[in-house]
Amino acid sequence: MNDHTTHSQEKPQQLDEHIVEIVSDSGEGAQKCGQTFGIIGGKMGNGIWTVEIIPAEIQPPARTPAGGSGNRVRVGSKIMTNMGNEADLVVGFNEQVLYARIANGAYKKGTIVLLENKWATDPQEKIRDQYAFAIKEFRDNGLIVHELAIEEECLKIVKNARKGKNMFVLGMLCRIYNRDTELGLTEIHNTFKHKGEKVVKPNQDLFKVGYQFAKDNLDYFYTIPPYEGAEQELKDIVVTNGNTALGLGVMAAGMEMVSMYPITPATSASHYVADVFNQVGGFVHQAEDEIAAIGFAIGASYAGKTACTITSGPGMALKTEMIGLAVMAEVPLVIVNVQRGGPSTGLPTKVEQADLLSALYGEPGDAPKIVIAAATIPECFEFVIMARKLAEEFRTPVILLTDANLATGVQPWLRPEIKEEWFSPPIDQSPWNKDIPAYDWDDQTGLSQRPIPGQPDGMYVLTGLSHTEHSKVSYNSETNQITSQHRSRKIAALQSTLKAPIIHGVESQEDEGDLLVVAWGSTIGAIEESIDRLNDQGYNVASLHLRFLSPLEPNLKEIFSRYKKVMTVEINYSDATNAPMINEENRRYAQLAHVLRAQFALDIDCWSVVYGHPLQPGMVIEELTQHLDAITA
Amino acid sequence: MFGIKADWSLEVFERYFTLDDYGAGGDVRWCSGCGDFAILNTVHRVLRDAQVPPEKSVAVSGIGCSSRMPHYMGTYGFHGLHGRALPVANGIKSRRPDLDVWVATGDGDCFSIGAGPWLHALHLNMNMVILVFDNGIYGLTKKQTSPTTKQGTKTNTHPRGALLPPLNPLTITLGVTNVSFVAQVVDWNPPLLYETIKAAHEHRGTSFVRILQRCPVFSEEFTKPLQENPDKFILLEHEQGVTVEDNVKRLFHNVIEHDPSDWLSAMKYAKDNEAIPLGILFKDPDAIVYEDLSSQGLGMTNEEKAAGLNAAFDKFSI
Repeated sequence: MNDHTTHSQEKPQQLDEHIVEIVSDSGEGAQKCGQTFGIIGGKMGNGIWTVEIIPAEIQPPARTPAGGSGNRVRVGSKIMTNMGNEADLVVGFNEQVLYARIANGAYKKGTIVLLENKWATDPQEKIRDQYAFAIKEFRDNGLIVHELAIEEECLKIVKNARKGKNMFVLGMLCRIYNRDTELGLTEIHNTFKHKGEKVVKPNQDLFKVGYQFAKDNLDYFYTIPPYEGAEQELKDIVVTNGNTALGLGVMAAGMEMVSMYPITPATSASHYVADVFNQVGGFVHQAEDEIAAIGFAIGASYAGKTACTITSGPGMALKTEMIGLAVMAEVPLVIVNVQRGGPSTGLPTKVEQADLLSALYGEPGDAPKIVIAAATIPECFEFVIMARKLAEEFRTPVILLTDANLATGVQPWLRPEIKEEWFSPPIDQSPWNKDIPAYDWDDQTGLSQRPIPGQPDGMYVLTGLSHTEHSKVSYNSETNQITSQHRSRKIAALQSTLKAPIIHGVESQEDEGDLLVVAWGSTIGAIEESIDRLNDQGYNVASLHLRFLSPLEPNLKEIFSRYKKVMTVEINYSDATNAPMINEENRRYAQLAHVLRAQFALDIDCWSVVYGHPLQPGMVIEELTQHLDAITA
Repeated sequence: MFGIKADWSLEVFERYFTLDDYGAGGDVRWCSGCGDFAILNTVHRVLRDAQVPPEKSVAVSGIGCSSRMPHYMGTYGFHGLHGRALPVANGIKSRRPDLDVWVATGDGDCFSIGAGPWLHALHLNMNMVILVFDNGIYGLTKKQTSPTTKQGTKTNTHPRGALLPPLNPLTITLGVTNVSFVAQVVDWNPPLLYETIKAAHEHRGTSFVRILQRCPVFSEEFTKPLQENPDKFILLEHEQGVTVEDNVKRLFHNVIEHDPSDWLSAMKYAKDNEAIPLGILFKDPDAIVYEDLSSQGLGMTNEEKAAGLNAAFDKFSI
């Protein structure tokens, strides 16, 4: 027995929440362990929020800070909306992978580190030294390190502990947090059942042994009760990540086709759809490149079948010309951009919200289109359904922005009741009225109905060239002016149907205040938690989260006028006001701030960072406090 | 309308389509003497003879002189982006196998900017006809070198002559796995053009037809020597390929029996730099047709979809 052996407690200590990280070398399964631990929490009625810790390479060198792979799980007795601040408990498969997390500020004094101890007796002196040095350094920095013989225990059950250690750790965590072991065993069964009982059994055994090991060797024993009302809700809850929610949305929207090309972090949405699309009669087409992927979807849509394409930043860049064509020729299409860090290949696995301006303005020429952004995992589901309807009603491409944080974050959400009205209606093949041109633009709204191939008398030739209402090529200057107006007018027509956004952190929507934070996308949880805490501290601050970026939601100008200061908080690059060389005339603003400043001619400030990780309430509060103190000073 | 059957009895059609139904009615704006007119007229005839309802046919194109073709059709049409006609055509077909799809493209649009989609469309082998209007030059942008421009031909981008020998579209096409129909023809022999395009239309799969096409404005030297000397051609004849009447055959001095299921011979003719093969080089009626796979689930009812979606949700429930 190890020197840290203690007697297990009889009664678990009750917690409101804990942040747990599992970090290993790539390929050791820490991600699977963390996801499963999160799912178990969700199914027990906890609020959870998970964030993947991903190296950019599939097989980075072992035992390197850059190679750390795993999962952060925030689990609590209330609905969780973000990744939180520093972790409370960490399981490390080696000490080196923890260095990158420490550099990211992921841990604090008092964070419990449960560390694999096999490195202490490694045949290589260098590794033994690294390990000893790290343990000392971690302890000097206030981490509470426990060295555990995880590998040794696993080897009693399996020959290769690299495969299976993760389920042992899952067992440990389930003991530490007093999880339902039956749920754990069921999840393991679901994960491995396609590989057969010979794989399910040892993994379940590892789980059980890990559970017992923690019980015998660790005195950490916690319980995190479900959130209020969870018991009633549990039967209606599903636990998924955002890309799976997106995939479910694709099916619920009645899409018949996902045409895609592999790109991180979007691809897992298509993987999921490919697995189950046959259940709703759909098909995933893997095209030869990003351009062909959207071209194929545009072709299907032109022929009356609803289609979408799912990609990320570099793919969006390649699709630009096709998006312009869809705008010009008014082809309905849903384009999902799961944003990652950019520009260029950038940070493939990390989060950023830096594709807003390119979504709005990326195409040469004037290309108005609808741009919306999901803020939560359930919105990844709901917004696909909305996007399809908007695309068809407004005869336009719709860009749906999500991001790497939503894509991989796991959260419980209310299972929706399926409505058949979500599905696309069957295509119209009845004769077209010969007197109606292919683009019968309404002068007020720019809207028109489109003929579908197969409809007698509806024949027209779609073209990306400037065209008349009969879709005849026209280089006539008047035609170009008027048709540009029609395409633009559709965006205004949509705005006239939208409601003003709900302001968070105020007693009444009409309140005045010191500071209004405007944001969009996956940052909603961290920002609203920050706003709540600042208001608890006596500040007068509110936030507003936009879902529609083109058109903007209505009434913003009036709302902004009620606050002494308006600023955006985003995950994209902006110049700090006090940076070298930066002054009022050259400061580059965060992307939403840029848009709002241009639209409203107001001096809207911003704070944004591109560390590649989701916003944490701690950072946001620190920044906003400075702005609030300056306003009230 | 009515037609007369082989036994001289009358066949009465509910709708009978004439050549006019396949034309757009307006002016056709290609240069005088352009080979494109012959191709357009032939497509109209093939459609008329097959009595395809115009609303069921879609002409898809990219950019270039060739790609104006959809505008001169009375069918549905899609005049899209340079080099990208094929992904669009494939997408149209993917969930609408009932539509009759034609692609009009050129040597620049298909073999240069569209080279990627070209190969992958052949691989997918969806049921459609690809007509490549190959005049060995960029016409619409005024005389730049194309992948099939002859070495030494003076163009605006290579004023001292094109630097490299031309690509061979036939060997490239024949080299693609799952390719199912490869033909070559010239625009100035209407009976052969008709028979070849008709066979392409009747074939189930992607029918690739390279048409050597006259451009009297920018690349007369591409086709003129061929028009003047039919000895440069080998006519490939076969009952499984194309056959023409004796008066047409007399124009060619080299006529060879070639079974289009013989890929190796097809490659041999395709590679021959001295004699240009005309007719059907290769045909495989058994190749996989992608829309047979991509159209799965068509006609599923809303109830079935809702059940499938609920089953998907069940996996994430507690």
